[in-house]
Amino acid sequence: MRTREGWALAILAVAVVVVLPALNALPNGSPLHVSDFTLNLFGKFLTYAILALGIDLIWGYAGVLSLGHGVFFGLGAYAMGMHLMLEIGTQGVYRNVLPDFMVWNQVTELPLFWKPFYSPVFTLLAVLAVPGIVAAVFGFLTFRSRIRGVYFSIITQALALCAWLTFNRNAMNLGGTNGLSGFKTIFGFSLNDAATQRGLYVASAVCLCLAFLLCRWIVRSPAGKVLVAIRDSETRVLFCGYSPAAFKLFVFTVSAVLAGVAGSLYVGQVGIITPARIGVLPSIEMIIWVAVGGRGTLLGPVVGAVGVNWLQSLLTTHYPDLWILVLGGMFVTVVLFFPDGVVGTIQKMSGRFRRVRADFKFDQTGGERPPDSSTEGGYAPLVLPRPQTPPPPRGPGS
Amino acid sequence: MKHHLLALALLSGLAAPAAAQAPAATAPPPEIVKAIAEVASSDGAVQEAAAVALGKTGDRKVLPLLEALREGSVAVRTLSDGKKETIIVGDKVTEGAKTLVPVFTAYGREPVRGPDGKPLLADVSTLEEVSAGRSLRLAIRPLIDAFSGGAQLAHPDWTVRKGAATKMGNTGDPAALPGLAEALAKERDRWVRHELEQAMALIRLKTGTDAERAAAAATLGSLASADALDRLREVAADTAAPAAVRHAAADAAKRVERWALLTSAIQVAFQGLSLGSILLLMALGLAIVFGLMGVINMAHGELMALGAYATFVTQGWFQAHAPGAFDYYFVVALPLAFVVAAAAGFALERGVIRFLYGRPLETLLLTWGVSLIIQQGLRLWFGAANVDVLAPKWLSGGVPVMVGVQLPFNRLFIVGLAIVAVAAMYLLLFRTDAGLRIRAVTQNRGMAACLGVRSRRVDAFTFALGAGLAGLAGCALTQIGNVGPELGQNYIVDSFMVVVTGGVGKLAGTIVAAAGIGGLNKIIEPGLGAVFGKVAILVLVIVFIQRRPSGLFAAKGRYADS
Repeated sequence: MRTREGWALAILAVAVVVVLPALNALPNGSPLHVSDFTLNLFGKFLTYAILALGIDLIWGYAGVLSLGHGVFFGLGAYAMGMHLMLEIGTQGVYRNVLPDFMVWNQVTELPLFWKPFYSPVFTLLAVLAVPGIVAAVFGFLTFRSRIRGVYFSIITQALALCAWLTFNRNAMNLGGTNGLSGFKTIFGFSLNDAATQRGLYVASAVCLCLAFLLCRWIVRSPAGKVLVAIRDSETRVLFCGYSPAAFKLFVFTVSAVLAGVAGSLYVGQVGIITPARIGVLPSIEMIIWVAVGGRGTLLGPVVGAVGVNWLQSLLTTHYPDLWILVLGGMFVTVVLFFPDGVVGTIQKMSGRFRRVRADFKFDQTGGERPPDSSTEGGYAPLVLPRPQTPPPPRGPGS
Repeated sequence: MKHHLLALALLSGLAAPAAAQAPAATAPPPEIVKAIAEVASSDGAVQEAAAVALGKTGDRKVLPLLEALREGSVAVRTLSDGKKETIIVGDKVTEGAKTLVPVFTAYGREPVRGPDGKPLLADVSTLEEVSAGRSLRLAIRPLIDAFSGGAQLAHPDWTVRKGAATKMGNTGDPAALPGLAEALAKERDRWVRHELEQAMALIRLKTGTDAERAAAAATLGSLASADALDRLREVAADTAAPAAVRHAAADAAKRVERWALLTSAIQVAFQGLSLGSILLLMALGLAIVFGLMGVINMAHGELMALGAYATFVTQGWFQAHAPGAFDYYFVVALPLAFVVAAAAGFALERGVIRFLYGRPLETLLLTWGVSLIIQQGLRLWFGAANVDVLAPKWLSGGVPVMVGVQLPFNRLFIVGLAIVAVAAMYLLLFRTDAGLRIRAVTQNRGMAACLGVRSRRVDAFTFALGAGLAGLAGCALTQIGNVGPELGQNYIVDSFMVVVTGGVGKLAGTIVAAAGIGGLNKIIEPGLGAVFGKVAILVLVIVFIQRRPSGLFAAKGRYADS
């Protein structure tokens, strides 16, 4: 069973990493040709999928709902964006070494914190380190004092609001409301080139595969089991001698780094990063991708991120007013009726189906019941029951 | 142009009754007769001197002539006995080939009647137009202002009188002094008196003798008028002025500055109080629901928006059906907003939230979804643009409490509403059976249910109550901010901060947190600016939560860690 699902995933990965860009490279008239626009769109979705994997790690497995992941995504994106800004050099509108918005804001000298971003190596490190460090510090402060549940969610939402307010300020020298845009090249390759965009797409797809493997490794390790245990009963884990704060801090940081990587890949493909991408609303929208796909599974967030965003790009082109309603409706229906999301629901149903078939065979042969495959191997064991609180007792007469 | 016409209309209104009573008794004093004749002179200097002389008389009946001079509607007609008479002409009327104008007297602008008793129309060609040069028009301007100022100083509305006094003080024209002194003698209102005294002192400081100037500076100092600060500083720095005047001005400036420090402290305190009240109104419902059910209602902001739009609709209804009672629409809107939001909250609880008890994070996401739907619904129904909610008359303006401090009525109203809401909540929670049940379920749901409290019903009731409070807050917000579909979003994170800082299910915690965050915000704001001030507050809250993870007034005991 494990190998069959493994093969399926491998085929999917090859399709995403190799086949789609190969189809894009076909000549324009070919019936199988995938347009540059579509490839670019899917590249964006794949970066979202990396982000969603990170959120799933912290929310789906450790049960910590962060409403501030837009910030980490934004930090990664801004780090990369700053490098791309500097790469423009004197080709900007004002023919100045400084980015255009600085000339516009009458900044005469490059601020000190911009200078290291001339170096591509530093930039790539910063993409990983800045979100990681911010998350580590923030997580250390909050998890240490046992802020959890709704409190943590609200505090992270405040973080998102803070970041949004701050990045919007021109005084921060990060482009204010307009953000960073107008990039020309990335590491010397022209961003207008279809081949560069294809390269970025492949990079995103490869990063997604790596992120998937990393998450899979984490959740299947003993530490992953502890995470799930924290989700189900943090107090019990604490009393067993584990430090939930340390585990949560670790996974929160990993999740933030994944978000940062996603942001850095996003900015090259979309060509702009603004504070609007990191505020309260986008941060909570990311949650719905994971919820729709199925939290607590690894395939779920990927499916959710691509699916929801695909739907969004379809709907917003034809019925722009409808999208918000659909989004709100999605929150409501998923939470009420499909708490396991698409992937989780399918897995549950197939597990039930398998059990029924096994029972049927058992009845026919009268032999030994085969081991229940839905609780062992594959992804199924990762779908652990959420903590079920007993229904509140009813008063007499109600 | 417009305000001249207005002034004309005003003055003709004033003059009319007098004319009706004694039409014959309007013979002008001889010096005015002379000046009226001279105004029509062809010599510009004579004209100007005559105009100024007319202005000096302070007789209100010469005002129409001055106005007419500026507009160029003064003419000279030759009477049948060969005498020349200065008149004011009205709007032209064409009759056949002739162009006729109605004729008015120069003094009082009364219609001149012909032999048949009808208002006289004169042929334009028989009249000799009086031209007014630029310098004459410029000289007339302050004279007219002095007249209109005088009229406004007698206006029944105290804000108009006060405004007129301020304006006259700023012009610094000594001609206004007698009028001001006269008005001061009659004035009863404390704030207008203050303004009048300030205006007189300002004029004296500018144009008086040295002794007068020093005295005026001292007066301004004791009046603590912030408006005069710049002028006092100017005088204090003016090396041409005598030392006594300069010292007096410098002392006065210092007094004014000290007073300004005090008033700005009071302003900040009041702004903090007002913001705290807004936060409290918003957070109150949120906190009760959070305390009872552990549910953070992300749709709280949209319930506020519902309340605000209910106010908007009520206002529209009053405009359409009862314009006479428009000022009272707010009295109707307030309970209506409560009911609308409470109904929405009740439906929300019964419809979806009750299926999710014990799963706070899911509820949070669900209510966020609901908030998006309500928001978009409002946007589709009422449009994405902000709507106008007019303030009723009794909520516009403000009450001055001390020199330099005026408290706006709408802010005071919100502070009052917050106090009333808290008091009502207190009474409800601690003095009624329903409140007892709410508190019981808040403390221990299982035990309360065992003892016969219908916890589900308490939930629904409390949620509706919390939503109703949101509606009330939304209604109050219409008086101080924009009403749009995003109304809720602008405040929601702040109110979450209040709830989180205040702690779960504690009224006192919410009050202290709201006042603290509101006050701190206004204290920090001048130094850091609005945006970084807000960021600083959020950071402070995050740090504060470190120390006290469950808020200011944490619940203690077994149920604290469920």
